[in-house]
Amino acid sequence: MLNIINKSPLDRGSLDTCLQSADAGAILLIEDGVYAATKGSAGEAKLKAAGGKFKIYALGPDLEARGIADRVMDGVTLVDYGGFVDLVAEHKTSQSWL
Amino acid sequence: MKFSILINEGPYTHQASDSAYQFAKSVLAKGHEIFRIFFYHDGVNNATRLTTPPQDDRNIVNRWSKLAEEHKLDMVVCVAAAQRRGIVDEGEAKRNGKDATNLAPGFRISGLGQLIEAGIQADRMVTFGD
Repeated sequence: MLNIINKSPLDRGSLDTCLQSADAGAILLIEDGVYAATKGSAGEAKLKAAGGKFKIYALGPDLEARGIADRVMDGVTLVDYGGFVDLVAEHKTSQSWL
Repeated sequence: MKFSILINEGPYTHQASDSAYQFAKSVLAKGHEIFRIFFYHDGVNNATRLTTPPQDDRNIVNRWSKLAEEHKLDMVVCVAAAQRRGIVDEGEAKRNGKDATNLAPGFRISGLGQLIEAGIQADRMVTFGD
């Protein structure tokens, strides 16, 4: 399952809900969701606490649009929109945590 | 691979409509097929041709229409969501006694069955929303 998160963890609980209830798989952070992947953020702690259960991806263009592309935490793989499409194709199902 | 896309958020709200558009373009660029794009809830506001953004801003509605024309996409607007928000084609105008229509080119108004079918027929369904 590909889990797609599009809101900042400071704004919504969608990342928490996903981390608590989703089976292992991949998480793709897009839109304001990319704030979770910044070094020193509350999101970083949560993603690290998930302890490798999920492979974490973040959408590069959305990081750049927010000026935080140089502050991405370790262990996050950056993808562009083409990579987003590939992730959807690679996983049988996707869930947008809205 | 066949993709379907569900859009639940209006244009110029947060980013869902823009993300969905960039995603759709990349799906096509990678040689995949888009079975259908379904606009639901506030997403139906992507389909009004009366939108007039500033000239130096992207025109989200026209952008969808152009993409649909170039790639023969099936873009479906939920009828019940459209009625609530004043998105009207000729058939709906006649049926509901409205004096105008505003459905943009490339869109068609239909029912939720089209969303279900999109989920069944496509290999992948991706949701964009608020």
